[in-house]
Amino acid sequence: MSATPLTAHPAHAPPAAAPSGIWDWITTVDHKKIGLMYGVTAYGFFLLGGIEALVIRAQLVKPQSELVSAQFFNALFTMHATTMVFLAVMPLSAAFFNYIVPLQIGARDVAFPRLNAFSYWLFLLGGLLINLSFLLGFPPDGGWFAYASLSERMYSHSPAMDYWVVGLLVLGTASLAAGVNFIVTILNMRAPGMTMMRMPVFVWMTLVVQFLVVLSFPIITVGLIELLLDRTVGTNFFLPLHGGDPLLWQHLFWLFGHPEVYILILPAMGMVSEVLPTFSRKPLFGAPFVVFSGILIGFLGFGVWSHHMFTAGLGPVADAAFSATTMLIGVPTGVKIFNWIATMWGGRLRFTTAMLFSVGFIALFTIGGLSGIMHASPPIDLHQQDSYFVVAHIHYVLFGGAIMGLFSGIYYWFPKVTGRLLDEGLGKVHFTLQFVALNIAFFPMHFLGVDGMPRRVFTYDEADGWHLWNLVSTVGAWMIPIGLLVFMYNVWWSARRGPRAGDDPWDGASLEWAISSPPPVHNFDAIPNVPSDRPLWDQKYGDATLGLDRRDPHIHLPPNSYRPLIAAAGVTTVFGAFLIRGHDIYRHLLDAPGSTIQSIPFSSLFLATVATGVIVLLYGLYTWFFEPVE
Amino acid sequence: MTTMTETSPATAAARAMLPEHGTSLGVPNLKLAFWTFLGSECFFFGTLVATYLSYRGKSLTGPYPADVFNFAVTSISSFVLLMSSYLMVLALAAVQRGDRGKTLAWLFGTALFGLIFLGFQAFEFTEFYAKGLTLQKNLFGTTFFVMTGFHGAHVAVGVLWLLSLFVVAWVKGIPREKALNVEVAGLYWHFVDIVWIVIFTVVYLIPDPSKGA
Repeated sequence: MSATPLTAHPAHAPPAAAPSGIWDWITTVDHKKIGLMYGVTAYGFFLLGGIEALVIRAQLVKPQSELVSAQFFNALFTMHATTMVFLAVMPLSAAFFNYIVPLQIGARDVAFPRLNAFSYWLFLLGGLLINLSFLLGFPPDGGWFAYASLSERMYSHSPAMDYWVVGLLVLGTASLAAGVNFIVTILNMRAPGMTMMRMPVFVWMTLVVQFLVVLSFPIITVGLIELLLDRTVGTNFFLPLHGGDPLLWQHLFWLFGHPEVYILILPAMGMVSEVLPTFSRKPLFGAPFVVFSGILIGFLGFGVWSHHMFTAGLGPVADAAFSATTMLIGVPTGVKIFNWIATMWGGRLRFTTAMLFSVGFIALFTIGGLSGIMHASPPIDLHQQDSYFVVAHIHYVLFGGAIMGLFSGIYYWFPKVTGRLLDEGLGKVHFTLQFVALNIAFFPMHFLGVDGMPRRVFTYDEADGWHLWNLVSTVGAWMIPIGLLVFMYNVWWSARRGPRAGDDPWDGASLEWAISSPPPVHNFDAIPNVPSDRPLWDQKYGDATLGLDRRDPHIHLPPNSYRPLIAAAGVTTVFGAFLIRGHDIYRHLLDAPGSTIQSIPFSSLFLATVATGVIVLLYGLYTWFFEPVE
Repeated sequence: MTTMTETSPATAAARAMLPEHGTSLGVPNLKLAFWTFLGSECFFFGTLVATYLSYRGKSLTGPYPADVFNFAVTSISSFVLLMSSYLMVLALAAVQRGDRGKTLAWLFGTALFGLIFLGFQAFEFTEFYAKGLTLQKNLFGTTFFVMTGFHGAHVAVGVLWLLSLFVVAWVKGIPREKALNVEVAGLYWHFVDIVWIVIFTVVYLIPDPSKGA
């Protein structure tokens, strides 16, 4: 087999009418471009969710504040949580799955490139749909957990919760498609020699996350469909009036909701497990233990959901069982923390910005983990449930944990993606501001919670004694955007003027550092041979060779396609039709309060929209399946 | 130490593992994707069945299962659906043999049996509705129609899929090396069948505790 240059094969040269500009982004099936689109879109939603948080904190800065109404405050905390969970942290992780995983396993793309584009477009459309509610004046206001029967039509007349349900159904479909895609990619597209135990820990954590997605999202999908049918067709799933049980919703939600917590944190754990060894110049301490701990967390994550329901009155047996499993899941998490610390022990540490964010992750996540273990005890949880103590816990885990880990990943892989280094000085300013600010914002919430301040209240009285720590918390929260502004300036400046990164700026061990920055469209000139779990170190410092100096004579890349976008638009239209139904019911209930949902006829606009969506979906799918890809 | 150059036999063997030539697990991507998808579907139907079971016998008002069920009719339709799985096996075998005539016959037969099952379901739903059981009437109506309705929708998608394969086989034929396309349709079809076995057991075979006529 001779090393033949690409250009010698006209059949594999770029087609004459290669799409360009915006059309190329709309039709792209390249995992790197889709990863960038995920990242940019998710960052936009992250800012939106952040603005919602800042308004919440501004409202709570003093007692009896009238900055926003109680009603709008409900919408703010509902949409803040929904946005951060589904539109910021999950898709920011997806950006890294897309961009980094194929590079780390030595593949040219994901297993199903068009399905990948389909996932992105569904994510974008779902995010827009759920936020459309703000423009139409009906932002969801039932909490990100949408507890029945509060979320049922009889207590939430307006279409607000319809937007929440429909938006999440679309986003869930996107996640399921991506989950299948990445499981197949990781299991089946590994380069020769890349055994499972040679995979980078980030790839492993991605794999665990995708299994969690594929197995937990169908549960919430059924729950959402049942709630949607209750609200729009008049079924009785969670209506006590007809014998339905609101507790069933809680079970379905948290059966999904707790695996979801690990869906949010495991990717960050994977990133930290890449960054720490690189900047400690040591392999990850006990890497197999970190991998198996991640798998164990994935399994146990399905067995702890009722610790969200200790106050629901499930009885001492259930409470004791879920208390035990919850304490048990702390063990593999603790194993990981000690492995990360042991990785740094005795290493030649380089405190780059990426490293600082990873170390910050360990510290802050440990605080969040410890308060989590406290909640595992039902008697303690009974006091802390629904108090600001829980708000403090979740923000240490998700901001101190997931977001810090994601920023670590951004600083680590930015040079690979853009070919230029982020400014380290500005990066350290960003890290310091963010680390200090989030502790000022979230640590006082522990005090407020123990002092009895309930979460989700829109205001409080001076006599409650909560003014001081709310003031401190608000000051901290408003400091967070200062760090983010520094970060955004850094990205904007460095992407164009930053120093050239070269292929391997950090002296990395995994495959993505063996190719140019940014990577060529086909990723690898030749598919590498992987000799160990740190292939590039073996090539640089050992006598192994990855075989990347060849060039495959046949590199096949799939052509661009707009079909995934059409199919995604079809799915969104079918689900979106139920928003029309929600508005119809709301108008009808305003005119004739007390009428039953089944007595309200389906409008022709609703039926026409469903039909249109189905036709568009079928058109998209059929042209997709019969599209020539050779 | 083994230096892997592009001429070594080890490299040649390794190159046979490239995505274009094969996969890491030796299972085609499409097949692995469908197994994964079906795993997800297990949790989807599992949740619907769990909802049905947790509300079994908790309806506050009739009609109750014993008031509406026609065991003989549903047994016949279940038998038809089970036999469609047999035809599906024959269809796949015909594609793998390259037997175009049998491929057409069995693909059409599978789809037809699926359609007959859907016809029975439409009849059953209409009958139940006439007896006063609606989606909104009680918990039994709510959980029964939604669970069996989603199963019926899956059968309908399967019928559409099988008929599409039938048209492809009719117009240009399905060559042996593309048998995988029929195989994954078969995976889906068998899965939908198995789900019905679970639903039939849960709904029709296990006696319902609520009082009936």
